[in-house]
Amino acid sequence: MSRLLTIKDLKIEGYQEEKWNGIVHGVSLTLERGEVIGLIGESGAGKSTIGIASMGYARPGCRITGGSIEFDGMDLAQASDEELRKLRGVRIAYVAQSAAASFNPAHTLLQQFAETPVKHGVMTFAEAEVKAIELYRSLDLPNPESIGSRYPHQVSGGQLQRAMVAMAMSCDPDLIIFDEPTTALDVTTQIEVLSSIKNAIKQHNTAAIYITHDLAVVAQISDRIMVLRYGNEVETGLVGQIVQDPKEDYTRELLSVRNVRHDTMEHSDSDSTILEVKNISASYGNGVRVLNNVSTKVTKGMTVAVVGESGSGKSTMARVITGLLPPEEGEILFHGQPLSPSFKDRSLDLLQRIQMIYQMPDVALNPRQKVKDVIGRSVEFYTGLKGEYKKARVLELIEKIELSDSYLDRFPSELSGGEKQRVCIARALAAEPELIICDEVTSALDQLVAKEILTLLQDLQNELGMSYLFITHDLATVKAISDDIVVMYGGEVVEQGSKTEILTPPHHDYTDLLLSSVPEMDPNWLDGVLQHRLDLEARGVIIHT
Amino acid sequence: MNDFWKLLKSAPFAAKLGVFIILINVFAAIFAPVIAPYAETDVIGDMWDGGFWDENAPQHSPVSLLGTDHIGRDLFTRLIYGARNTIGIAFVTTLLSFGVGITAGFIAATLRGWVDQVLSRTVDVFMAIPTLIFALMILSVMGTSIPVLIVVIAILDATRVYRISRAVAMDIEVMEYVEVAKLRGEGLWWIIRHEILPNALAPLVAEFGLRFCFVFLFIAALSFLGLGLQPPTADWGSMVRENASGISYGIIVPLIPAAAIALLTVGVNLVVDWFLHKASGIREIK
Repeated sequence: MSRLLTIKDLKIEGYQEEKWNGIVHGVSLTLERGEVIGLIGESGAGKSTIGIASMGYARPGCRITGGSIEFDGMDLAQASDEELRKLRGVRIAYVAQSAAASFNPAHTLLQQFAETPVKHGVMTFAEAEVKAIELYRSLDLPNPESIGSRYPHQVSGGQLQRAMVAMAMSCDPDLIIFDEPTTALDVTTQIEVLSSIKNAIKQHNTAAIYITHDLAVVAQISDRIMVLRYGNEVETGLVGQIVQDPKEDYTRELLSVRNVRHDTMEHSDSDSTILEVKNISASYGNGVRVLNNVSTKVTKGMTVAVVGESGSGKSTMARVITGLLPPEEGEILFHGQPLSPSFKDRSLDLLQRIQMIYQMPDVALNPRQKVKDVIGRSVEFYTGLKGEYKKARVLELIEKIELSDSYLDRFPSELSGGEKQRVCIARALAAEPELIICDEVTSALDQLVAKEILTLLQDLQNELGMSYLFITHDLATVKAISDDIVVMYGGEVVEQGSKTEILTPPHHDYTDLLLSSVPEMDPNWLDGVLQHRLDLEARGVIIHT
Repeated sequence: MNDFWKLLKSAPFAAKLGVFIILINVFAAIFAPVIAPYAETDVIGDMWDGGFWDENAPQHSPVSLLGTDHIGRDLFTRLIYGARNTIGIAFVTTLLSFGVGITAGFIAATLRGWVDQVLSRTVDVFMAIPTLIFALMILSVMGTSIPVLIVVIAILDATRVYRISRAVAMDIEVMEYVEVAKLRGEGLWWIIRHEILPNALAPLVAEFGLRFCFVFLFIAALSFLGLGLQPPTADWGSMVRENASGISYGIIVPLIPAAAIALLTVGVNLVVDWFLHKASGIREIK
């Protein structure tokens, strides 16, 4: 049998700022039948573009300018639209990152499942239904017989993602392209989806291109890994070779991301509590409790990490502390003084001392304000500095966040994700706060950039001595930066204590589940952790939906 | 100014045409006394007399390009003065309605709660009554002086502007940068002026163009009904009405001011389309 996919010297350009720029500069790739290759790199590495191009497709605003894409003896770069149409969905399928955005909310899962096979005349609706149930079962979806009649909003994110994988597999394709299928999921859900995908493609002997930015994830599922950067191939090799013996520095850097440790922290001697949250309960006005009887403390100069999966109420806690969501019960003490429940009733002085940094720097910065105005306003508003003094202070802050004065006149759209987050940090610093609440500040960033941001935050804390309340779902971040850890689940605090207490066994069962869910570089990790999970489930720790 | 030229150069042909039409109209409006061959109310001949299409027309000096209207005034002159009156009033009215509408809309979106309720329900009441009938009612009570005309149309139109600016501001208000400003302790005006307005500008500018057209047509409609600008002031709507009976005798004079209305409306819309396209962020691939 011939080779399934051969991409030779692929070149793709994208249209931006009135000109065509190279996105992929001559990447070659081969794929045998039933083989899984992982494409890995930071955003902008061109991995999605290559993935989509292997269907002979380029997104609007992109064009394939060179090279060949040979799928089972047919050159897709030269094929007509009609030929491609016959191929797509039937022999090559695609699974997108966000299932929620890819499903049509107005049709049931089964209707959408059946659309491709019926349209292509591969099977009738009744046959498709049988096939759907079979696939739903092999992907471990609950109630495979009836789940097809549900609408996309009636199933969870992880289930929806698996339903999309089922959809892609409806016509038994030879090749499936997975474009970051687990990136938007919690670590605990990620495992479930990952293992379902792994089993399903193994069962059907499907070849796959698995695109992700997380090396540990790709190590679980692929046979080979290709590392990409700026549209070029860095290196390609078998999983074991890439993980254990990477040839290139960049790959090594990617590998070391998960092992960040910061032991440089100088703990302040004074043990003064600056913020105390006492028995807080809160809801969003629909009667559903999002926070239930939560208490915790933040000590001066320390970092408290709040961990949990989405829906655990960790971001709600941040909103309660900042006063955006007044709690129903309980109180917040700042330096022993009760804080007004709503930020509107707090004095400017108090507002100044608690600052917040957000998850998405894109929406946290006004696109119509220059960097110097973003930081300058905060400086002027809180410190009253004007003119030259204000300028000098802004410059000082810009240097603190390790950017140069050439950034002052830029708009947010002219900054990278990491740079935007730095500007947000500078804006918070301008207030000279005592406490900064960091709400998932690194989750929208690439791993290497996230590491830089964490290092910066750490350095700033060492220098300026403020405290952080660090909200995150990423345990690698927690390990890297925290002094104390609060583990949350279902709106309640499951466990809290110092970092060593929490991270040293024996763990609380839920903490154990979270910790074991963080992908490790070991290619055999997934199988081991699944066994561990079954044990936990047998003991009734995980409430399965 | 340089940026403006660059922007204009990159515009598609339709948008350039639109800009050209608007510029001609604005030019005519500003320099009306200089361009027009006669004074606004001069009678120069018989009714519906002459025009370039009429070979047997009596020779005026200077020649009347479009002939005369129903009482023998030069139609070309009236058309130019009409541009001045109609466009001028429509422009001032639209500005006023946007001032009122945007301010109220932004306040409602930022403060929410009872302020939003009171403003929105009041607007609903205004919108429940057909605009033309409402305007006719007020104008027949208050009289039809130009200031009254402007204020009445502006307030009626502001209800539409209120709706759109509230909707746009609501989208922006949930952005985290607005939350940051609120948490910083910024006041209402600062948030409206610095956080919301700059980001709402693109759709509102496009809406301004559309609204201008509607106001302009509305004035023409009112004039046609006799409640707009009063004679002998030249204005395109009343010119259509005054000359309307001529159409029964095969005289095309009423169609000329009507064509002027249509042309300007099309011109403005071409520019607005281009703006909306740019604002929506759709990239064109050439």
